[in-house]
Amino acid sequence: MDWSTVFSMSTLVNTVNTATIVVLAGLGCLLTDQVGIMSIGIDGMMTAGAFAAVMGSWLCGSWLMGIVFALAAGLLFGLFYAVFVVRFKSDEFIIGVAMNIFAVALTTFMLRSIPGQTGSFHPATGTVTKLPAFTLTLPGGTPVTLSLMVPLSWLLVAVCWVMMYRTPLGYWLHASGEHPESLRSVGRSPERMRYLGSLLCGLLCGLSGAYLSLGYLSTFTENMSASRGYVAVACVIFGRSNPLYVFLAALLFGFIDTAGQRMQGVVDPTLTATFPYIGTILMMVLLAARTAIRKRRA
Amino acid sequence: MEKGETMVSFRHVSMQFPGVLANDDVSLDIRQGEVFALVGENGAGKSTLMNILYGMNKPTGGEVYIKGQKMTEFSPKAAIARGVGMVHQHFMLVPSFTVAQNIMLNNEPRRGIFYDFKAANDTVNRLVAEYGLQVRPEDRVEDISVGLQQRVEILKTLHRGADVLILDEPTAVLTPQETEELFAVIRRIVAERHMTIIIITHKLYEVMEISDRVGVMRQGKLVGVRNTAEVNERILASMMVGKEVLLDALERVDDHDETVAIEVENLQVRDSRGLMAVNGLSLRVQRGEVLGIAGIEGNGQSELIEAITGMRPIHGGTVKIQGHDIRGLSPGQIRALGLAHVPEDRLSTGVSAKADITDNLIVGKEKRPEFSLKRVHMKRRSIRRYAEEIFRKFDIRGAGVDTLTGDLSGGNMQKVVVAREFSFDTPVLIISQPTRGVDIGAMDFIHQQIIAKRNASCAILLVSADLDELYRLSDRMVTIYEGRITGEFLPDSIEKTEISYYMTGGGSRKEAAR
Repeated sequence: MDWSTVFSMSTLVNTVNTATIVVLAGLGCLLTDQVGIMSIGIDGMMTAGAFAAVMGSWLCGSWLMGIVFALAAGLLFGLFYAVFVVRFKSDEFIIGVAMNIFAVALTTFMLRSIPGQTGSFHPATGTVTKLPAFTLTLPGGTPVTLSLMVPLSWLLVAVCWVMMYRTPLGYWLHASGEHPESLRSVGRSPERMRYLGSLLCGLLCGLSGAYLSLGYLSTFTENMSASRGYVAVACVIFGRSNPLYVFLAALLFGFIDTAGQRMQGVVDPTLTATFPYIGTILMMVLLAARTAIRKRRA
Repeated sequence: MEKGETMVSFRHVSMQFPGVLANDDVSLDIRQGEVFALVGENGAGKSTLMNILYGMNKPTGGEVYIKGQKMTEFSPKAAIARGVGMVHQHFMLVPSFTVAQNIMLNNEPRRGIFYDFKAANDTVNRLVAEYGLQVRPEDRVEDISVGLQQRVEILKTLHRGADVLILDEPTAVLTPQETEELFAVIRRIVAERHMTIIIITHKLYEVMEISDRVGVMRQGKLVGVRNTAEVNERILASMMVGKEVLLDALERVDDHDETVAIEVENLQVRDSRGLMAVNGLSLRVQRGEVLGIAGIEGNGQSELIEAITGMRPIHGGTVKIQGHDIRGLSPGQIRALGLAHVPEDRLSTGVSAKADITDNLIVGKEKRPEFSLKRVHMKRRSIRRYAEEIFRKFDIRGAGVDTLTGDLSGGNMQKVVVAREFSFDTPVLIISQPTRGVDIGAMDFIHQQIIAKRNASCAILLVSADLDELYRLSDRMVTIYEGRITGEFLPDSIEKTEISYYMTGGGSRKEAAR
């Protein structure tokens, strides 16, 4: 096979594009991880965001309304999660899984009832307005088109990092996860921090969904997130809850995904489709091995 | 405010918890600039009273005044605002944060929206200079010693403007060296800052060493307040214990089998923090005898029992059960030597609260041929028949053997534990806190069962925080203090005041206990 198609400029661009989905969801997951309720429900939040974005864009004819719809959907799911986990102290994993299943079912149902379509969304009237994109010319003359959400996600990584490590709010969020009673004993409610973490997570996952359906693609298909939310959870663990490392882990995932697509000509495409998930498992094994080695040395 | 003025005033404070009157009409004034020690046995109500002052419990009766103002809202936030700070036994620190980040938590200096780390460190350095409590602001709390963590807690309350500082058993987690340092700090902040210190402790020599006045609590009541200079450890011990409550005597049958069934030789065990909790302890228990271990909680009893039953590794020395060295054996293997164990905490180790009574009674016997076919199939019918028999025999009061164990009252849950363990019919019994939180009827029943086992030639090692119980059941008693045996007594030849004195380190001087 021709390896130059695997390691090329277009692979790099594709890597970045694919990674952006996971970067945004990963940041969201990271914030719930900070407040001690690591959300695996982000996959559902992304699905809901993706659907809401397409609906917003189609109904209002504007990508901006698509984003507003997606943020609202994410916020709603984040609130739902927080009410169950923080207020009613339900098991975070059960609620997370329930949310993922619920989101797929709900969006499928709404796809069939609102525009009356199955499988994926192909509007008979009106159009789905995509997120704006811009074109850069790289040195060497290759033109590269990126969605607006790509640089925005990089900005959000930086904002997230600054918030976590350079503002009091970041420390309160972290304290509410690591030792909630210490925060309570100085007169600040850890529950409020947990709500905040969960709501911010909803917003970020909504954005991730909007990018998925309006930037990366320009339609909604049933079960659209394809479990990328779980990949984002893995990236948070692999990135040791640091936004920069989570970002790098997401890029690695993006590369594996893209490389898999490029190798479809040579390897069975059903096999290459498993690459991202196999990559995730490998990441986890590496992490476990590293922890085990450290423990033995200590 | 002048030295000697009343800072805190409890007026007829009562605290009724479900089934327990933890504070019973307590009236107490605490003055500016004094070190006030609050002593009493386990469960006497000391911590409850202080939790009320710190706003963590709202009293069910009476009033609390801080600096003359009546407390209307009971919350830590309100207490902090009135200048009350509390250092809990379990520290309220975020382990991964630095010392400065913990002290400044929710009080962070900012530059714009950003956390001003330099200002935070400077503030801490200023506090350090001001109060003479040495800490390094940049150190991570998880990396520093418990003694230093306690300092961080004290600085945290001082930074928030506390002038009344409650210390809940501050020395329980400290080494003797760290205790000395803490006392030096207390003396300094009282002398230089006119702070008011309330210290809850079990250790009477510490009361004598650090306090100006001492209040003694017993069964929720404040039984007396004295000037420390006018009392001694013996007087305090007798105030703590009070008059004996006598139940009917138990019938003992003596059949002198002098075989030693439990033999502990120079045992050393570390606690969960790595400190030596049992330090060179030796004891022997013969068959047909109850050896009672008297001690204030946290002096190594739990670790001793855990080591004997295989739940905690032995660091040094030997333990022999029925003549077999148990080092390296699992709890199951030790049980197979002929040991049964009633653990101190029935909810965490005694029962499975989510399982029914039948399952809790059968645990450990489920592989016996009468209950299981080739260890694969469980014979539910004979298991149930067996459970019902035990249920009746041990007078467990519940709807039936299908009741979830977690739904039982404390007394009945304890009977389930006792029933299961006693029906193993082992020659060795290790019993911890057999009647804690149990009503008097169930207590009497359990006591009779223990004596019945003794009369049937079992060797019984009994640990209890309840002196009356130890007096009632023991053939011999030993006192444990800081992981060592400090004395051995026959129950009818020693007064309770005398034994409390040994339990609080009175018999051995502090230096000797090191």
